[in-house]
Amino acid sequence: MLSYFSNPQRFDGLARRVIPVLGVLTVLLLGIGIYLSFFGSPPDYQQGDTVRIMYVHVPAAYMAMALYAALAGASFVFFVWRHALADAAAEVIAPIGAVFTVLALFTGSLWGKPMWGTWWEWDARMTSVLVLLLVYLGYMALRAALEDAQQAARAGAVLAMAGVVNLVIVKFSVDWWSSLHQPASVIRFDGPTIHSSQLWPLAIMALAYTMLAAWLVFYRLRSRAVIQRARQIERRKLQAARAAQSTQGSGA
Amino acid sequence: MSEFFAMGGYAAFIWPAWGLSALALAALVVLALLERRAATGRLRRLENDEA
Repeated sequence: MLSYFSNPQRFDGLARRVIPVLGVLTVLLLGIGIYLSFFGSPPDYQQGDTVRIMYVHVPAAYMAMALYAALAGASFVFFVWRHALADAAAEVIAPIGAVFTVLALFTGSLWGKPMWGTWWEWDARMTSVLVLLLVYLGYMALRAALEDAQQAARAGAVLAMAGVVNLVIVKFSVDWWSSLHQPASVIRFDGPTIHSSQLWPLAIMALAYTMLAAWLVFYRLRSRAVIQRARQIERRKLQAARAAQSTQGSGA
Repeated sequence: MSEFFAMGGYAAFIWPAWGLSALALAALVVLALLERRAATGRLRRLENDEA
């Protein structure tokens, strides 16, 4: 399956069909999700209307982690099998994941102030999510700093795989260290513990975010293919110009 | 209506959280669209030059 889609033409054919479907699903799910978040769900019995922040906070945090897992997975595939498409996916995913991480931090802060009485606490969950953002930014900076594309890809892949340790800490931080942040209430071994009137808007918003992130990744991967084709032509031209210059030089 | 926007007294936290999310996600989409436009434009110019 992986090697099947590592053929650029075949991937482009798939992406061209998938992108509009993801776009329509994103718009539909966002519409339903926003409606349920504000009109289809009651204020929480403890947190009042601030629970409505959850419907953008949790999906953002979940995407921050899911995209990191995808980044690390793509990096692994590139590192082992040298699939160029896997590296392209990793490069395209990183800034998207970083934006979702920023959103998780800011919406969390805006939820923390009224409910915990503080914008920020250096507890395990918040600190590890901040580290997640730094890993994303570090990955992007590392790739940008290395001029040789192959070297940048390989170094990036190693960094992305090492960062998985932090991803595990993010996930289990609320169980290992009890602090201000509440423990998991949706993805648990014994099933969700939140009421269905809150689970539905949350699940649909999370699905909408997933579709949007997938749309962004596929859309940007197709753009990258165009950019690479342009680079190839530029390189060819440069070589032709150099060749012309050197023949001129020898004639003089 | 104004009761809805007051969000039980938490308007100052709920609307910025949603507004920021909307802004950031919209920016991601717009940047992706602009990236595609710039890339296809550049490729077309290069291909025209070559032809």
